[in-house]
Amino acid sequence: MTRTFLGLPVRRGARTLPDDVAHPGGHGTSASAGRASDAFGDVPHPDAPLRWGDAFPDAARVALQNTQLRRNLAHATSTIRTKRAAVVGEVPDWEALRDAGSAIKTDVMARLPELLEELERNVVARGGVVHWARDADEANRIVADLVKAKGVDEVVKVKSMATQETGLNEALAAEGIAAYETDLAELIVQLADDMPSHILVPAIHRNRAEIREIFLARMGDAPPDLSDVPRELAMAARAHLRRKFLSAKVAISGANFGVADTGTLTVVESEGNGRMCLTLPETLITVMGIEKVVPTYTDLEVFLQLLPRSSTGERMNPYTSLWTGVTPGDGPQEFHLVLLDNGRTDVLADEVGRAALHCIRCSACLNVCPVYERVGGHAYGSVYPGPIGAILTPQLTKASGGLSGHDDPNASLPYASTLCGACYEVCPVKIDIPSILVELRAREVDADRGRPTGWGAAMKAASFVMSDARRFGLAGRAAGLGRVVAGSSGRISTLPPPASGWTRSRDLPAPAQQTFRDWWRDRPVDEPRTEGGERP
Amino acid sequence: MSARDDVLARVRAALGAPAPGPATGRATAGTVPRAYRERGDLTPGSPEAVEVLVDRLVDYRAHVHHAAGPADVATLVGDLLADATSVVVPAGLDEAWLGGLGDATAVVRDARDDPRTPDELDRTDAVVTAARVAIADTGTIVLDGEPDQGRRAVTLVPDVHVCVVRTDQVVQTVPEAVRLLAAHPERPQTWISGPSATSDIELSRVEGVHGPRTLHVVLVGA
Amino acid sequence: MRIALTATCLGDVMFPQAPRATALLLERLGHEVFFPERQACCGQMHVNTGYLDEAVPVVRNHVEAFSPVLDGEWDAIVVPSGSCTGSVRHQQGMVCRRAGLDDLARTADAVAAKTYELSELLVDVLGVTDVGAYFPHRVTYHPTCHSLRMLHVGDKPLRLLRAVEGIDLVELPAAESCCGFGGTFALKNAETSTAMLADKMTHVKATGAEVLTAGDASCLMHIGGGLSRIRAGVRTLHLAEILASTKDAPAPVAAGATDGSAR
Repeated sequence: MTRTFLGLPVRRGARTLPDDVAHPGGHGTSASAGRASDAFGDVPHPDAPLRWGDAFPDAARVALQNTQLRRNLAHATSTIRTKRAAVVGEVPDWEALRDAGSAIKTDVMARLPELLEELERNVVARGGVVHWARDADEANRIVADLVKAKGVDEVVKVKSMATQETGLNEALAAEGIAAYETDLAELIVQLADDMPSHILVPAIHRNRAEIREIFLARMGDAPPDLSDVPRELAMAARAHLRRKFLSAKVAISGANFGVADTGTLTVVESEGNGRMCLTLPETLITVMGIEKVVPTYTDLEVFLQLLPRSSTGERMNPYTSLWTGVTPGDGPQEFHLVLLDNGRTDVLADEVGRAALHCIRCSACLNVCPVYERVGGHAYGSVYPGPIGAILTPQLTKASGGLSGHDDPNASLPYASTLCGACYEVCPVKIDIPSILVELRAREVDADRGRPTGWGAAMKAASFVMSDARRFGLAGRAAGLGRVVAGSSGRISTLPPPASGWTRSRDLPAPAQQTFRDWWRDRPVDEPRTEGGERP
Repeated sequence: MSARDDVLARVRAALGAPAPGPATGRATAGTVPRAYRERGDLTPGSPEAVEVLVDRLVDYRAHVHHAAGPADVATLVGDLLADATSVVVPAGLDEAWLGGLGDATAVVRDARDDPRTPDELDRTDAVVTAARVAIADTGTIVLDGEPDQGRRAVTLVPDVHVCVVRTDQVVQTVPEAVRLLAAHPERPQTWISGPSATSDIELSRVEGVHGPRTLHVVLVGA
Repeated sequence: MRIALTATCLGDVMFPQAPRATALLLERLGHEVFFPERQACCGQMHVNTGYLDEAVPVVRNHVEAFSPVLDGEWDAIVVPSGSCTGSVRHQQGMVCRRAGLDDLARTADAVAAKTYELSELLVDVLGVTDVGAYFPHRVTYHPTCHSLRMLHVGDKPLRLLRAVEGIDLVELPAAESCCGFGGTFALKNAETSTAMLADKMTHVKATGAEVLTAGDASCLMHIGGGLSRIRAGVRTLHLAEILASTKDAPAPVAAGATDGSAR
């Protein structure tokens, strides 16, 4: 196992595996295999940030056995849910803001080419340089070349989902460049050589005691008497990163919004690590997904209300930075904007699924999701976990098979939901996640039609029975729907309504002796209406 | 084909050629409904608006002080920074606000054409600035880098930030502030809502991380 | 009022007591109830599992079975299920349009506009909250996800329950949290479903209720199946069964298996 200074990750694929466990699925992951003996728990080590580990049901099964994880998640998500509900409740025009946010994003997608060109024009006009990247490798290459051109071998980073998605840190490490994550949660994840499990709070799966252990073991300069009081832990991070901030020559960030009509970039944050990165270094490189563009500066008045209350449950986050190109004498004097596709245009091509690109990465849907709350983020096998991840990840990886049926773990993600609708209810830009999940299930089913499956046969048989009252009546009368459907194909072991998965933890009542249909038919026409409780 | 042309071509193709699916119609540039509040009920600069701002700032653990006029500001600033050995101020700051600083406090000037290094700022105890606008509903103060507010670095590195806000700069809502700031969108802006903070450990909020750990807001009557 | 009853496929075969109670309740309130015999299923299971092509004939059958409502044959359609109502209202039109069946989609939308979940029908259409029921037991109510978030029934079921004579209605902790059923989710992600179920059962048991009620037989099958497995001594009853219960014809509350056949 190779580890660079302070536990900074090397490119994960270069890791020496402790045993030669081949990973099923063949997507180049080494999730459960590439684990250091001194790692903090079951830490995934993917090559592909958008596809690692087992299919969701299997990964979830493992996660569910981690009672500490479940306690941590239950505590954290219930805390943030309560905070969010309180600050959203005090905004009288919240629904109108959601409507506006949703409509602006729809408009952005429809006019994306012109808006991107407008953004580019305005960034360049203000002294910035704009780069375009088709995919993760291209984005990483652009960034690495820019860093090397500055003659430095380390950079500071402000938390960015785009660079998580491209695996930038590992790519830079392979080029001999150390990328220091400066967001507290990202720092925890990086020091533990872990993967993020939440969009906003990547270390949500860790409690204070675990964080203390990680700092003591990996930070290098943590006070030996460090306690697990959050304030002390935060102060240790401040001290640890202070010199880095003051001396860094190059910083790398993401962007929450890129304003087309002014060329203004925006980063929303809390700790001041963002401001440090965006302000002090001489060179700033910002990697932004192409969907993050908003048409006008005044559109920020919508999103800067929606985002903080939805994400951290605050009326406003402590710091928001806005910059436009280069300001002589103030902040970085060299600014590069990397516009990233990396599968986004594949998402955009799907008229139903493209709404996933409206996401402003608030993570409210994760915090309310009953599935996420039980299994945590790693089970989704992507840097985008939770409900939004379940619709975004398979689509972003569509070109490499993300929705292609049984042989891709990402194809299991659209099923990782009860369709309870809690995500849609809180989404600040009203992404109808349940409907998109259903649509993606249909895409997956359609992609898999060439292969005979138990589900497919059962659904076809059920369709035949359930589209005709006579057949349905006979089926119900015969012995219960399930068995009849099973009989029609003869070799199905799992059925709707089902068998084995069900009865492991629940009893299933026998079908009624008399169906409602038959009761109704046999009912005396003059049956007294008052005998409501009579049971045939 | 360049990456730029390639990405733009892909975007156009994605929008132009619908994937198989329900014929829900192409997304079209529609009018955006803006039924949300474009201004609040409270008059900008009114005591009611200021009261809301104070409530929010206190909630963030910022320290709020009231000054009747410039002389009062000087006294307050002097009291707040009595223990400071050095204070950095942007070159365009109202000099009258600094009249209360003691002789033991060195005043360091900073400007775009005469910037202090990050290390120099790190050795400075505090910073005093003005502000551009404040948002009552969210407890937010916006700095836009003009000469009385300074470079972004000066309000970031020192551990104590004393920010003087005129009450007539207080608006109630975010849209009111954004529309005011839209006059100069190119200016580098920092929106500050309390001292730096984190919720990254078990989602419980801790004030004071990398940015200034102490934020004093001095509200001065117009 | 002339009301057509959607029994739902699950209600028809597995839990006939729910549509039975719905019919008898509405008749007790002076309405005429009809059971369009052509009906089978709304198609929700197929849709939510991603088999949208297979859903088309199921949806078509449902729409055709209930389309006489558009000719005035009935005044309204009632469904004793939040999720089936949600499917009728939010999915059937989509399924038809996706298959290029625009005429059928329009008919489906029109039928959906006349379709109501039970508590919606009672409170919004019939304007009644006290249905004259009698049920002297400790009851807790689980708001099912689709009734809550697809239909937005709000507190209508609770208002109906509060008006029941003799009832001891106790609040369910974390009531709005999903029970983990999710249709085929309960099979495809059985362990996660079970973890959610376990939390729901913990909350149900904490209420000390004899009876757990809800507006969806499917969720009750899930929670009830779990309660039965752990012998929790809590019985599940559909909302309609409690509302149909009277002094003369009380709904059964003997704790035990929540099956539809053992009566």
